[in-house]
Amino acid sequence: MMKIGFFSFTCCEGCTVMFIELLNKKFFEYASKVDIQNIRVLRSNETIGSLDIAFVEGAISTQSEVKKLKEIREKSQMVVALGSGAANGYPSNQRNSFDETRKKEIAPLVKKLHQLDEISPISKFVKVDDQINGCPVSEDELAVKMEGYLKKFS
Amino acid sequence: MHDEEFELEIKNVSKIEGHTHLDVKARNGKVSSCKLKISENKRFFTTAIKGAKYSMVPVTMSRICGTCSSAHVLCATEAVENAFGVKPSEQTFVLRNLLMYASQLRDHAMHLYFFCLPDLFNKDSVLDFNEQELGWVKDGFDLKAAGNLLATVIGGRPIHPHFPLIGGFSKIPEKAALENAKKQLIAVRPKILKIINLFYNDKSTFKRKTNYVALVNNDFNYLKGVIKTAKGTLINEENYGDHLQKVVLPYSTALGVEFESKEYMVGSLARMNLNKESLNKNTLRDAKKYLSEFPSDCIFRNNLAQAIEMLHDLDASLELLDYDFKKEAPVEVKVRAGTGVGVVEAPRGTLYYHIEFDSSGIVKNASICIPTQQNIIHLEKDVASYVEQMLAKKMSKTRIGHEVEKMIRAYDPCMSCATHFLRINWI
Repeated sequence: MMKIGFFSFTCCEGCTVMFIELLNKKFFEYASKVDIQNIRVLRSNETIGSLDIAFVEGAISTQSEVKKLKEIREKSQMVVALGSGAANGYPSNQRNSFDETRKKEIAPLVKKLHQLDEISPISKFVKVDDQINGCPVSEDELAVKMEGYLKKFS
Repeated sequence: MHDEEFELEIKNVSKIEGHTHLDVKARNGKVSSCKLKISENKRFFTTAIKGAKYSMVPVTMSRICGTCSSAHVLCATEAVENAFGVKPSEQTFVLRNLLMYASQLRDHAMHLYFFCLPDLFNKDSVLDFNEQELGWVKDGFDLKAAGNLLATVIGGRPIHPHFPLIGGFSKIPEKAALENAKKQLIAVRPKILKIINLFYNDKSTFKRKTNYVALVNNDFNYLKGVIKTAKGTLINEENYGDHLQKVVLPYSTALGVEFESKEYMVGSLARMNLNKESLNKNTLRDAKKYLSEFPSDCIFRNNLAQAIEMLHDLDASLELLDYDFKKEAPVEVKVRAGTGVGVVEAPRGTLYYHIEFDSSGIVKNASICIPTQQNIIHLEKDVASYVEQMLAKKMSKTRIGHEVEKMIRAYDPCMSCATHFLRINWI
């Protein structure tokens, strides 16, 4: 069984939802091949065990996210950036290019919520082995990638 | 009498949209604090679109939520069109309705089958279901797939749909694609009747009198109408700002909203309580027994209301799919300075957009009001009194925790939506 987990950072969670859309067709096929250990929208397990693949969606906006991301990296053979948030920071990184007026406007909240000065893709903090781009990722591309991963890990 | 302390802390509530913790503290059976600590990180969307061109508003705001993106796209579009006086065609309205029905169907199926169903079977997850229970999971996937297909035919894709434009659609669906979508919908209809019956038999109960608010009309569409309250007040869409007030919750990354300074509830339960007689005639016929539950003061009936809405979404879609769609260019947009309001019924309740433009169609200000923000204060109060009821019955902490999570799920909150924004003094 290929052990995988899904982890959401600063984002809309649309890419995990796309994976669950893929399950409309693939659930019974994956049931014997894939062990989904972490996926908060479907199960409560918070403990990160050793994983073959960690799918990470969303950009990184706080120090606690950095810490969790590093833990995920340590415990996973492969880290996949799922969707544009994790892969390049969009759309959460829109605030990086705010003009001075808008930066000033959000400054008190950025401070209060302990957000980092800049929003970054996950590759700023950990090694990324593969990425699937798109906002959200396309179901077909995700299916093709899963085929490849299943060959690699079974 | 000695002091009995009770503390319940649930970290990262699972099987909901987005991230939140819950802290409840009680002494001698009385809850002293109940806080839903939404921890979703803010993404500053309403600041990000300031200075953007009008045409960028729907596509940008769609990214607030991966689950109800269609509602954001169409609400933002309505606000832009109202600001510029754009009047889309009847066909555009039909297509938008189909997109909303498809999205509601998908969204409710996700919530009922994948978030709530495990509670009914005393399992943590559908991933742990046994052979017999897996039939339900298959039904859930089939329903989601049918909604997904319709959303894709109409909107281009199920999440962040890209065919809807200001003034119309970039692509009108082909007949064959519509027929295919119709076939799939007809095939899954019996599954909806099964899940309605399952939630009807769920005996979880927590009742309290409260105010409900929803956009109502005479055919239970989610796009146009008047805002109605359980007290009978009717409000025109553009005047909603006179009645809603935002409330700062210092322990949360989201804000709460009150209606005339009191908590209230939006969502399926509100819609069913205020407007069930406007459901599609086939839904009224086949869900008659279940509809007698409404109006209901029981929050757990929100699940039954969603299940019935799935039947309506399907029945109403089947009728609209017979529409004679023709090639049609979007209505031309003539920009002007002004303000536009958009109001739609998103899956989780009434969604409001309020956008101000300068004379060249650039956003000067934007504010939005999200269903989950409107339900937060209500939810906290209900959790507090539900915990008190269970403490009085000497229930175990594990059981109380489980019941509280069930209640939170019945509200179907969406934390991604609730934390999108920045400004707090906007009404």
